[in-house]
Amino acid sequence: MDHDEFKGGDGRFPATRWSVITAVRGEDGAERERALDTLCEAYWKPVYKYVRLRWNRAAPDAQDLTQGFFAEMLERELLKRFDARKSRLRTYLRLCVDSFVMNEDKAAHRQKRGGDVQHLALDFAGAEEELSSGTIDAAAIASPESLEEFFETEWVRSLFALAVEDLRALCAERARERDFQLFEAYDLGDDGEISYAQLAQQYGIAVGDVTNALAWARREFRKFALDRLRAMCGSDDEFRRETKTAFGWNTA
Amino acid sequence: MSAESVPKHPMRHLSDKAITRLRSGAELADLNGTRYRLIGQVARGGMGVVYAAEDQLLQRRVALKVLDVSGSEGELANRLMREARVLALLEHPGIVPVHEVGTLADGSVFYTMKFVEGKRLDQHIESVDSTPDRLRIFVRICDAVAFAHDRGVLHRDLKPANVMVGPFGEVLVMDWGLAKILADVSGAEPNRDGDSIPRLPADGNDGNSSGTLHGRVMGTPGYMSPEQASGKIELMDARSDIFSLGAILRYLLTERLPAGPSSQRARALDAICAKACALEREDRYAAVQDLAADVSRYLDGLAVSAHRESIFDKLARFYRQYRFFIWLIAAYLLMRVLLIVVVKH
Repeated sequence: MDHDEFKGGDGRFPATRWSVITAVRGEDGAERERALDTLCEAYWKPVYKYVRLRWNRAAPDAQDLTQGFFAEMLERELLKRFDARKSRLRTYLRLCVDSFVMNEDKAAHRQKRGGDVQHLALDFAGAEEELSSGTIDAAAIASPESLEEFFETEWVRSLFALAVEDLRALCAERARERDFQLFEAYDLGDDGEISYAQLAQQYGIAVGDVTNALAWARREFRKFALDRLRAMCGSDDEFRRETKTAFGWNTA
Repeated sequence: MSAESVPKHPMRHLSDKAITRLRSGAELADLNGTRYRLIGQVARGGMGVVYAAEDQLLQRRVALKVLDVSGSEGELANRLMREARVLALLEHPGIVPVHEVGTLADGSVFYTMKFVEGKRLDQHIESVDSTPDRLRIFVRICDAVAFAHDRGVLHRDLKPANVMVGPFGEVLVMDWGLAKILADVSGAEPNRDGDSIPRLPADGNDGNSSGTLHGRVMGTPGYMSPEQASGKIELMDARSDIFSLGAILRYLLTERLPAGPSSQRARALDAICAKACALEREDRYAAVQDLAADVSRYLDGLAVSAHRESIFDKLARFYRQYRFFIWLIAAYLLMRVLLIVVVKH
């Protein structure tokens, strides 16, 4: 795969064809930082939850390890060693986390991060809340396959959550807050089923408007998710495989 | 890395239910701005999704194939576009006709084609118990592939799942996504009958334009020729498709067939399969027409070119072909003999 295919882009959202893998290997320091930000944004929660459950660590310890892992990724330039032909980025990062935690244990000299390393502002409290919401069964993720599956599920959750935030920002920018509210109520709500007609009545609009708003929001959501995904893949092939995984598309 | 990288708005926790809903919402193609209305998903392949849609202008059902990732650039979009152009080039009753190519609102490339109601060959043959009926289907597959070869197009992914059999017995070769253009002729040139044949520019041996790089294996194991399976795409020609057709023939002769042909007849069919699926290209049929002709000859009770018959085989075939007349003559002769015997006594 020729990484030159991916071109850099500016703006709030990752532009199509922009890749963290290319950026992190590039000479441009600002681009490198942006690449690591993008990666950290999508992966910190899966990494944190994974350390909590796979390595059975208490919350403060897992927080420390998560911070440490991303600091190490930056210090040791782990992404430069990633080979898209050999594995998916997601699998590579998970194995890096395993290796990092084991090394930290072996050396037994882990120091509290925070002195010479800049802390990331990560919402650990939110992640803890998700872990304790009862949706994750730690006992069910004992095997290596289920660990991979768990990491994958959390990665999809994180990716989709970021795409939802992108959509929220876009709606605010274009004064389409109502469309986001409709999307939130219909596609993200957990309080039972709600029909298009009920939504139309609730917002005092036609059912057709609800249909159009939801179609637009889903299209934009999909676009954001794919853009973020594309940015975090090392090749077109990986992007296709990861898209299928993220959206649950199984080929015949 | 900076602390500012974290979104100011706390990231929302999405439940499993929300993830499922987001996935199903994102899965359906957005046909806004087109003349089509989505009916439902029909199939998902390696490259994209096929939907049933209604053409609201012509008020008919069509099949709409769209890439599962958006974008009108890149290898996949080119391949889909190319597939549509190949289909447009191949106007034949055995090849599904394409109606329109376009881009959806999200930038995904799509094309529409005839909606084929029917079953895939691997599902259809469950209801076909007779070997001759299966062979007639096979000959029709060969007709479509032979036509494509005549137009300079290799299919490269022939298998039972890529053949549809309609409710009225129509046989259609589908999924030309891996097709390769062989003829290096642009514009039009006359065919054997003097008609003008439109052609697409040929793919180079690097195969970039159709997304096939040397050493990269694309196709279906079990139906791929050895040269295709080993990624030697520069060696692929019509005989590679003939290998796949041989594998389909073998499948038709063995899969869920209640009573196979007699051993002597099976030898002729085995020989046809073996010749079509020969490891060396030079040992296979030179053209699909030759393969189809051999199968047709078999159906007509004639000798096949792939199988050298012994004198006993020839006699047995002669007997099978003319057994009615043989028995008629034998009965006549017997009656004559009996008559002579009776008269003498």
